[in-house]
Amino acid sequence: MRSHSVITINQVNHYYGSGKLRKQILFEVSTEIRAGEVVIMMGPSGSGKTTLLTLIGALRATQEGSLKVFGHELNGASENLLVRVRHNIGYIFQAHNLLNSLTTRQNVQMSLELHEKLPLSMRQQKSEAMLEAVGLGKQIHAYPDELSGGQKQRVAIARALVSHPKLILADEPTAALDKKSGRDVVELMQQLAKQQGCSILIVTHDNRILDIADRLIHMEDGWLTSVENTNRNIEETTRPLLPVS
Amino acid sequence: MIYAIPLAWLQLTRRKSRLIIALAGIAFAVILMFMQLGFSDALYDSNVRVHSQLQGEIVLISPQSIALSGLKSFSQRRLYQAAGFEGVKSVSPLYLDFAFWENPENHSSRGIMVIGIDPDDKVFGLPELQQNINKIKYPDVVLFDQDSRPEFGPIAAEFNQGKLVDTEVGGRRIIIGGLFKLGTSFAANGTMITSDLNFLRLFTRRQEGLIDVGLVTLKPGTNVEKVLQALRANLPNDVRVLSKQEFIQFEKTYWKSSTAIGFIFALGTTMGFMVGAVIVYQILYSDVSDHLMEYATLKAMGYKNSYLVSLVFQEAAILSVLGYIPGFALCLGLYDLTRNATLLPISMTFSRGLMVIILAIVMCCISGAIAIRKVQSANPADIF
Repeated sequence: MRSHSVITINQVNHYYGSGKLRKQILFEVSTEIRAGEVVIMMGPSGSGKTTLLTLIGALRATQEGSLKVFGHELNGASENLLVRVRHNIGYIFQAHNLLNSLTTRQNVQMSLELHEKLPLSMRQQKSEAMLEAVGLGKQIHAYPDELSGGQKQRVAIARALVSHPKLILADEPTAALDKKSGRDVVELMQQLAKQQGCSILIVTHDNRILDIADRLIHMEDGWLTSVENTNRNIEETTRPLLPVS
Repeated sequence: MIYAIPLAWLQLTRRKSRLIIALAGIAFAVILMFMQLGFSDALYDSNVRVHSQLQGEIVLISPQSIALSGLKSFSQRRLYQAAGFEGVKSVSPLYLDFAFWENPENHSSRGIMVIGIDPDDKVFGLPELQQNINKIKYPDVVLFDQDSRPEFGPIAAEFNQGKLVDTEVGGRRIIIGGLFKLGTSFAANGTMITSDLNFLRLFTRRQEGLIDVGLVTLKPGTNVEKVLQALRANLPNDVRVLSKQEFIQFEKTYWKSSTAIGFIFALGTTMGFMVGAVIVYQILYSDVSDHLMEYATLKAMGYKNSYLVSLVFQEAAILSVLGYIPGFALCLGLYDLTRNATLLPISMTFSRGLMVIILAIVMCCISGAIAIRKVQSANPADIF
């Protein structure tokens, strides 16, 4: 039995600009990502990787083709639906993008504020537990500018995962980190995501982390050129796909 | 949804020095507005010092009178008629005119306001006046306002040393019999009060029985409005019947409409408002710019635009209230300073305090509304 498809992309084209300056960025992109799968997308700069990532993340309006995330068609979706889809996605950016005025725990908690009607004490507890899981149990009251690059990225992972998203989107998560901490961060992300049964899509240039992927996809000049399975088998997941609340 | 993390507050207080500078700017704008409004109220109030001290509920004047400095006399018979109405306890005539006062020291002349009253009636509520009221029963003895401008000469100082102070007013020699405290106004740089008989001795062209202001005192517990209506209905229209409050308003309206005071201070207040709005806008705009990436991240996480909009307005509201407090406190001191330096009746009132905090909040909200356009530009797709 194959697991559910979290993302289904079918014949998606995307353009920037208008009129004579209109430039096509994505060409007939089709692929899918299943629940629990870790996919790494590679390709040179300017090939359209990030554009695809923002389309999947419901941060940009889909122009042509069909893009389904958690079963919701995003082409022509209302702003409300886009916002609700975003609630179920955890983002990890190249820069950590933490809120500098908040402590690490408050940063993680910001992600929970949006979700279930959890009482405040529960939100704090969950956030602390998540920081514990990424190895920052002692830094819950630290501010981002008091942490190292690797620690900040781990806070970002905690923030992305604390609300149990169905999908993690990561854009160059290791770019600002040295080899060791880059590796640690990605392994941590993969390990925690597996525990939660959540899918991961990573855009990266970093060859050192390719082995954590179940599947690699290549993007070149807006075309998805090849899809290859890595040695590892896709683990079947029994986690049912919940409708977007 | 209730958010447990007060992000607006945390963002403002994270950088203390920046917050303090911001609050200093807002406090400055608040002080500017307080001072302008205070000055304008004080100037209006100074022009109704005589009116406010009148010990009566109803005032009669000629319909042709325009202000204290432009009174037209009317027949005292109207006042006696008023005395016959139900509820009226007593009536009292006032003569009021301007004459030249000779400075006894350097013999320069200056216009002074002269008020003639019946020494047996309690016309003014000034305590020093009541103590010395019997002295004006003597011919050519007057009481002098010690808060008059210094150009009238060192009258109060010499009088308090026990010297006999005399000078010429309108060509007639008068003697200072005592002092009282009233203060200056636009109409009068100085004031002296004497008996109606002495008044007529000074102003020989004035006729006895043609008075400038008629004061009506009512019996305790009488409905002022009823007597006002009865007087208006039954007295001929060669006399105008005003309540004391209307008389005060009558004078203020004259100064508001015929001088530039209102305009000048409204302009000053507007300037304070604008300065404050620009300062708050600068603060909010740079705050939003600094956090634009963070706001875009929040949007990517699923926070709506409305959350960010309310964030900016919360910051605006916090700034306005926090800036108002030191502004208010400093203003109390500045009012004291101004009162001592200028003798203007300037002080904090509840309504002005309320007015300025409303202005401060409106000011911050307008700035917030402009700064919000910047927040809308936080595009979550740009942070990848």
